[in-house]
Amino acid sequence: MQITIQRTHEMVNYEIPFESTTLLKALYHIKNNEDNSLTFSSSCRSSVCGTCAVRVNGKEVLACSHTLQEGDLIEPLKYHEVQRDLKVNKQKVRETLRTSTAWLQQTQETSISEQQVALTEKQSDCILCDSCYSACPVLEVNPNFIGPFALTRAYRYTADPREGNIQATIDNIQTNGVWDCTLCGECTAVCPQGIDPKMDITMLRGTSAQFGYSDPNFQAMDFGGFGGF
Amino acid sequence: MLDILIVGSGGAGLSAALSAKEQGANVLVVGKSYPTASQTSMAQGGMNAALGNVTPDSIQAHYEDTIKSAHGLCDRQMVQQMCEDAPNSIAWLEKLGVPFDRTVDSKVAQRQLGGASSKRACYAQDYTGLKILHTLYDSCLKERIEMIEEHLLLNLIVEEGNVLGATFLDIITGEVKAIHAKTTILATGGYGALYKNFTTNSEGATGDGIAAVLRAGGTISNMEFVQFHPTALKGSATLISESARGEGGYLVNNKNERFVDELLPRDVVARAIFEQINSKEEVFLDIRHLGEEKLLHLMPQEVHLCRLHEGVDPVTQLIPIKPVAHYTMGGINVNPKLEVTGLKNCYAVGECSNAKIHGANRLGGNSLLEIVSLGRLAGKHAVGCDYHRTTQNTTQLQNDQEYIEGLFEEYPYERNFYKIQDQLGVDFYNNAGILRDNTQLNNFLNELRVIKADLDNMGIGDKNRENNTNLVDFLQFQNLLEVGEVVLDAALVRDESRGAHYKTAFPNEDDKHFKADSLYWIEENVLQSKLVKVVN
Repeated sequence: MQITIQRTHEMVNYEIPFESTTLLKALYHIKNNEDNSLTFSSSCRSSVCGTCAVRVNGKEVLACSHTLQEGDLIEPLKYHEVQRDLKVNKQKVRETLRTSTAWLQQTQETSISEQQVALTEKQSDCILCDSCYSACPVLEVNPNFIGPFALTRAYRYTADPREGNIQATIDNIQTNGVWDCTLCGECTAVCPQGIDPKMDITMLRGTSAQFGYSDPNFQAMDFGGFGGF
Repeated sequence: MLDILIVGSGGAGLSAALSAKEQGANVLVVGKSYPTASQTSMAQGGMNAALGNVTPDSIQAHYEDTIKSAHGLCDRQMVQQMCEDAPNSIAWLEKLGVPFDRTVDSKVAQRQLGGASSKRACYAQDYTGLKILHTLYDSCLKERIEMIEEHLLLNLIVEEGNVLGATFLDIITGEVKAIHAKTTILATGGYGALYKNFTTNSEGATGDGIAAVLRAGGTISNMEFVQFHPTALKGSATLISESARGEGGYLVNNKNERFVDELLPRDVVARAIFEQINSKEEVFLDIRHLGEEKLLHLMPQEVHLCRLHEGVDPVTQLIPIKPVAHYTMGGINVNPKLEVTGLKNCYAVGECSNAKIHGANRLGGNSLLEIVSLGRLAGKHAVGCDYHRTTQNTTQLQNDQEYIEGLFEEYPYERNFYKIQDQLGVDFYNNAGILRDNTQLNNFLNELRVIKADLDNMGIGDKNRENNTNLVDFLQFQNLLEVGEVVLDAALVRDESRGAHYKTAFPNEDDKHFKADSLYWIEENVLQSKLVKVVN
């Protein structure tokens, strides 16, 4: 079958001599046999290390778990600096985890029930593949948006019964955070782990309201019209 | 000056970093990939601690199970210390926020793994390693621990036996750099990638730290001990966790007969499967009787992987499996303080090390325990080493820069090392795998030495300096060859069967000659070895 790869300077077509294969195997076939310079990232081959996310026909997938189809177009993730071919710099995007302070702020001793673990079981399945970030249209207009995975992670800790200072995290996700999301659900659609950042962001908005925060967009709507210049 | 340089950013490296930082040390973690991409993310089943939350348990029972699985090759005090610390390690992870599953009475849930006399493995569905690793990573961010990605370890910088830091290839820029530190901790992972296409390990399990120690004059040990996991998917070698059997899964052959007690230690089960396969039987894992609801709750990842890679639905179909390389017990030889034999100011921890915990065979659930418990210990011991170097030694940096430069300028590209690496994987599986034979080992060792001698004709096809993953692959391939040579030699010498090492012609343990660690080091450019009796 034939596929096309968006390389650094050009689109290149490749003939893949397998009837059915994962994209990752096809990439290795090219690199190991045809062109050593084809550059991509991968590690575990079993969808858990988060390294090999790319876009296929415009949709984010893990190369190791995408079954290749005739004519597939392979491109690097969006909103990441492309280092070479399909390899992107995730370092800058990881900064959103520091910005959102997505960790346990102050651990409190408490008992945790089965049901409470289940509440954030999905969120803690995140493999940091950055698929959701690449799919998020808000980043097109606001490159400083904290983005879906960091917010999901912030939610995962604020919803943990061990968190003794929820507000510390909530305070850090107000600017370029929960209120900048348009709730379009593109992140949810591409998550290979079935995580729903849109829902997590909605939950975080609820918690934010409990701490006295409100949607700045509504404020702008209410008063902006009369405020004039 | 940097207090502690930690090479490797998996669970062991991050645990060491957090513990050293806790004590006020200035720490830098350097890894070849992103921290969350490490092998730790792939650990599924659980982490052992004798909490007795589900069934009665004791530290003594954990200790005894571990000793039994080690088949004589362990340091009993090290095992005792780790088993005693296990409940503390779980408590520490709990404090950081690891979302372990719970029992109905809100205690940390525990499950049965092979070789364990109680339900001892604490778990978070079948994402135990992933969730521990990510929580450690979040904690490192919180503690402002500096982490540098995409730096491949080249060599240790050594002056008169003192390790002063290490040299790295900055994968992004292509530069060769030196990072100096008072103390270096190696947490670089195992060498399972020797068995390419026949291993559950990631592509990066290429023994980089082990090879670097060997080149630096340090000692490595028990490299012949490679654990084979009984159940990986037949086509893709993707791991199906032991918990599938722990929860009640069966192993069956073509005739739909069970042929082994599924909960025996991994080596016994792997051999039983391999013997079935050798006698032309196909082997399957059967978990259908557990029911869809239970499967999706307890092992969603397995269900997904079976559907994706093998095209079978484990809810209704048998899963075709084969045993594959899973964990490497051998590694950098360390003393009870985790100091590397033959080098000063240098520690090793995790799968890259041989801390005499797992001996001839590792017990399921003890590797996550090792990286957390001993990782923290390495961090503690490394604090307070205050060797100050007297000179600015740049020899190693210059040598490594020249070598890399040479790969761009001089080496021809006449032989495709990727093809050789693929063949090496097949050959390691067949000749140094589950059942071993001296003639095969000997022939293969000779072949491997021929390949090593031919490295000058390989080199890299990609001559770009930046983001050159072809260069990374080639350097890792060389590490595998160095480590692989020791694996074969050590397997050849050990004329007995012990734990994961099994020779058909010598089916029994021979304590008189081989209740011993096999040590390897390089002296004056020649590989040296000796067997040192284990006394305890």
